[in-house]
Amino acid sequence: MKTAVLVFPGSNCDRDIATALERVGGTKPTMVWHAETELPDGIGLVAVPGGFSYGDYLRSGAIGARSPIMRAVSDAAGRGVPVLGICNGFQILTEAGLLPGALMRNAGLDFVCREVALTVENSQSVFTSRYNAGEQIVYPVAHHDGNYSADEETLDRLEGEGRVAFRYAGTVNGSARGIAGVLSAAGNVLGLMPHPERRIETAAHGGNDGRRMFEGLFETVGA
Amino acid sequence: MKLRIFVTLKPGVLDPQGRAIHKALGTLGFAGVNDVRAGKLIELDVADDTTDERVDAMCRELLANTVIENYRVERV
Repeated sequence: MKTAVLVFPGSNCDRDIATALERVGGTKPTMVWHAETELPDGIGLVAVPGGFSYGDYLRSGAIGARSPIMRAVSDAAGRGVPVLGICNGFQILTEAGLLPGALMRNAGLDFVCREVALTVENSQSVFTSRYNAGEQIVYPVAHHDGNYSADEETLDRLEGEGRVAFRYAGTVNGSARGIAGVLSAAGNVLGLMPHPERRIETAAHGGNDGRRMFEGLFETVGA
Repeated sequence: MKLRIFVTLKPGVLDPQGRAIHKALGTLGFAGVNDVRAGKLIELDVADDTTDERVDAMCRELLANTVIENYRVERV
């Protein structure tokens, strides 16, 4: 499977996700600069990495979401190509309208940087097929704006349609209903604040719960 | 033509920054502050023939995130 990692000015987890994709999938992803207008042909996965694109100016992810490459990402998502947004990538996907809601300043105002326990809510998506629904896993988080917010109607719809992929097992950032990750209506776009790509090798990361997300992706979408 | 765009959080949306400012005002001894909401002021200098619709589109498409924010345009 061909994969691509977007790179914005201020991205800082692009190498982490690229390493994770290469370690699990065996092939280096194509790094795609935000100013480009096309993704590689036959792309099987687009990853939008964490970081501080455009210095979080205006709102986290706001400027990145309007950069030229995002039109191609939106087209790819419309064709059913899996798109994975992690941390700032999640913020970019909500700002681009590919996922509902918004990520606001953490309720406690603190930058939260630690390991958190998550509950896998949906194990039917291309991203979560290697997990069991209800299973508790650990991913690290590192963010200032991870407080997921949406109106009650939207939250009810997300829950009703099984689009809450991950929920925090404890209090982290004030997110509505503890939501840590959401899926698009078609299920091929996932945005989450925690970092699965930083939990790949037990020896280096203290655990490998993130690895199964990528194993599942390569298995479902094709090697 | 100069415009001022005021971007504010929608009522009911929790404003942790406003809350922190509120607390700091209290620490400084300013009593009687009932509530604090923090927002943004964006100043634009646009061509004189820029229509209201055009300004509105700029607000909706970029300057404000209408999921959580309201905006108000003022001509200076």
